[in-house]
Amino acid sequence: MTSTGKEPVAVVGIGQTKHVAARHDVSLAGLVREAAARALADAELTWADIDAVVIGKAPDFFEGVMMPELYLADALGAVGKPMLRVHTAGSVGGSTALVASNLVAARVHRTVLTLAFEKQSESNAMWGLSLPVPFQQPLLAGAGGFFAPHVRAYMRRTGAPDSVGSLVAYKDRRNALKNPYAHLHEHDITLERVQASPMLWDPIRYSETCPSSDGACAMVLTDRAGAARSPKPPAWVHGGAMRSEPTLFAGKDFVSPQAGKDCAADVYRQAGITDPRREIDAVEMYVPFSWYEPMWLENLGFAEEGEGWKLTEAGVTELDGDLPVNPSGGVLSTNPIGASGMIRFAEAALQVRGQAGEHQVPGARRALGHAYGGGAQFFAMWLVGAQAPTS
Amino acid sequence: MPATSRYARDVAVVAFAQSDHRRSSDELSEVEMVMPVLHQVLARTGLKAGEIGFTCSGSSDYLAGRAFSFTMTLDGVGAWPPISESHVEMDGAWALYEAWVKIQTGEADTALVYSYGKSSPGSVRDVLTRQLDPYYLAPLWPDSVALAALQAQALIDGGETDEGALAAVGARSRASAADNPHAQLRGAVPQGDYQVRPLRTGDCPPIGDGAAAVILAAGDTARRLCERPAWITGIDHRIEAHGLGLRDLTDSPSTRIAAEHAGVFERPVDTAELHAPFSSQEVVLRKALRLGEDVVVNPSGGALAANPVMAAGLIRIGEAAARIHRGASDRAVAHATSGPCLQQNLVAVLEGEPA
Repeated sequence: MTSTGKEPVAVVGIGQTKHVAARHDVSLAGLVREAAARALADAELTWADIDAVVIGKAPDFFEGVMMPELYLADALGAVGKPMLRVHTAGSVGGSTALVASNLVAARVHRTVLTLAFEKQSESNAMWGLSLPVPFQQPLLAGAGGFFAPHVRAYMRRTGAPDSVGSLVAYKDRRNALKNPYAHLHEHDITLERVQASPMLWDPIRYSETCPSSDGACAMVLTDRAGAARSPKPPAWVHGGAMRSEPTLFAGKDFVSPQAGKDCAADVYRQAGITDPRREIDAVEMYVPFSWYEPMWLENLGFAEEGEGWKLTEAGVTELDGDLPVNPSGGVLSTNPIGASGMIRFAEAALQVRGQAGEHQVPGARRALGHAYGGGAQFFAMWLVGAQAPTS
Repeated sequence: MPATSRYARDVAVVAFAQSDHRRSSDELSEVEMVMPVLHQVLARTGLKAGEIGFTCSGSSDYLAGRAFSFTMTLDGVGAWPPISESHVEMDGAWALYEAWVKIQTGEADTALVYSYGKSSPGSVRDVLTRQLDPYYLAPLWPDSVALAALQAQALIDGGETDEGALAAVGARSRASAADNPHAQLRGAVPQGDYQVRPLRTGDCPPIGDGAAAVILAAGDTARRLCERPAWITGIDHRIEAHGLGLRDLTDSPSTRIAAEHAGVFERPVDTAELHAPFSSQEVVLRKALRLGEDVVVNPSGGALAANPVMAAGLIRIGEAAARIHRGASDRAVAHATSGPCLQQNLVAVLEGEPA
C-alpha cells in the first residue's frame, strides 16, 4: 500500500483548560472532561460523534492512579467505545495524538477524540521521578539535574554566549502573556529579572525552567468527510512520526540525538519539506529548559550544527521573527507534563487554522509540533498545514 | 488469505515467544526477563531488530515500582540506529492493536510487540487497587480478588454458575496447562481454601512474573516469514463504565460489541484463548462470545495457569496464533481484559489459510 492509500487526517476541534499550578476546583475526571468538552464545542460535535478515545499522560505515579484510563472512561464518554492509553514519557502528548491520527489514517475509525493531561498538584512529580531502583542510575534532582550537563555540553561545543538561555525564557514568557490558557502570566517580566533569578542547575536559572501545571489538552481528529462538515478551518496532518533510541550508551549524543534528527527527517519527507527554515511558518517546540530552543533548532534542521543560538540571538524565533518558536509561550510557561506534547501539537494546529488569537503568527500555513521525552530519547512530531495534503 | 478481511491490509501474527512464568524472579531485572523472549521471537522469523518497521510495548510503572520503567526495556530491544517505537501503559494486547493500526496505515510492514510484568516484588492485590477511582474507592483498598468475588457471587445468585462448575473451570485449565511448558501451575492442583467467598484458591490466578513477544507482518511479508500465518481477520476493543454499581457484573457488553466488530459471530471458531484471571470470568466471557461446548477453551491453561500481569492478554493472542501456526486451529478467537471485573476487553479473530 502506498501513502496515497491513507485517509487524510484533519484537526477540527481543539480544547485546553486554563493551566494553573493547582486546580483544586475539579477532580481528574473534571479536568479532562473540561478540555474534551471544549474540543467538541470547537468542532461543533457531540460525544455521540466520537468513535474512539486515545488518552495519554506521563507516569501514573504523578497522580497516584494506576492506568487512569479505566477510571476516566466515563468522564470522556468512552463507555462502549474503544479507549487506548499511550505512555511514552515526556513525548507522550505528541505520541498520543499520532496514535489517534493513525486510527483515522488507517480508516479504522472516522472521528477520534484524543486527550492528554497532568494534574501535578495531586502528587509530587519530583517524588514520582525519584523512586529509588536498585542497580539503575538515579535521575538526580529531577529532570533539571539530568539535562543541565547536556546544556553545558552544547555551550562548550558551539561557543554560545551565556546570554542565550535568558533570551529564550524572556521571549516565551512574553508570548505567554498573549495566550489566555498559559499558566505563567508574568506581567512584570524583564530580561534583567530572568538573568537575576536564582541558579538552579548551572547553567539553568529558575526563570529558564518550566513550571508544574495542572492542565489538559484535547483534539478531535477526523477524516476528509468529517473535515468537510467542520464549521471552522481544519488543520491537516501532512506528516507525523515517532523515533526512539536507548537511554544510555557510549554513542549517544545528548546534545543532538539521532532519534530527533531521524524523526524530523521522516516528517519532512512525508510533508514534502526540503528547506524547513523557509517552508515552515511556526514551530511549537518542546523546550522545558530555555537552552533547548537553540539545541532543537539544530536538531530539527532549522540551523546548521553550532548555529542554532545565532537564530535565537538575532530574534528570528520571536513572535514577529521569520521563524516564530513557541508563540504560545511553550513548555517554559505551561507544563502539565503529560499534556505538554499535545499542547505543542494543538498549538501548531491552531496556528494553521488561524485560531491562535493574540499569539497568532500572521498567515501561518505550515507549522511543526514537536515533543520529546525520557533521557532525550523519545521523539514525536507532526507537521500540520492549512491546505489538505495533495498526495 | 481468508476472504473475510474487512481492512485495508492483511496482517498476521507470524511469531510468538514467551518466558517461563514463575512465582518469583528476584535474580532478574525486567530487561533480563524480556531479552531472551525478544531474541526468541526475532529468531523465529530471522528478522533483526533494525529490520522491524514498528515496535510497541505494554507494561505498567506501578508494577515496576518506578516511573518510566519501559525506558529500560527499550534498551533491551537494541534501539540503535533509532527505531519507530511506542508504548501503551496497558496489557501488551493493546500494544499489538496499536502496532496493527500502524501497519494498516501502510507506514510499516512488520511490527515487534512485547510486554512484561513482575508481580512478585510487591503485593499485586494491593497494587491493583490503585487502578480504582482515586477519590471514593481506592482509599478503601478493595482488592482484585474481593472485586472478582463480588462478580462470582452475582453469577451464582443469578443462576449462571455454581461453585462446582467454577471448580471444574480451574481443574480443566490446569489440566490443559500440563502440555504448556511455560505455565506456572500445571496438572492436578487442589481447589484449595476460600480466598474470598465464593472464590477458592483454584478459582484465582497464580501471582507470577513473565514476558511475551509477538511479530506482526503484512501480506506477502507474512507469507515469507511464516509457513502458516495467523491472519488477524478482525480486532476490536471496548471499555465499560468504571463504577461496579453501574455495570451488570454477570454480563460483558464490551466483549460482545468488540466481538461483533471483529466478526467473531460470522462463522464458528474452533479455539478460544480467554483472558479470564478468575474462573467465574470464563463464565461471563463464554456467554458474551457465544462459545459452545465444541470450542476448545484455553488449551494453554489460560490465566488460571499463568497470569503475568500486563502480558497475559498478549499471551492469549500469541497462544491462539501458535495453534494456527501448527495447524491445530483454523479459526480462533483471542481475548484480553483490563480493569476490575472485566471492565475493558479486546477481541481478535485469527485465521489460517484453508488447507
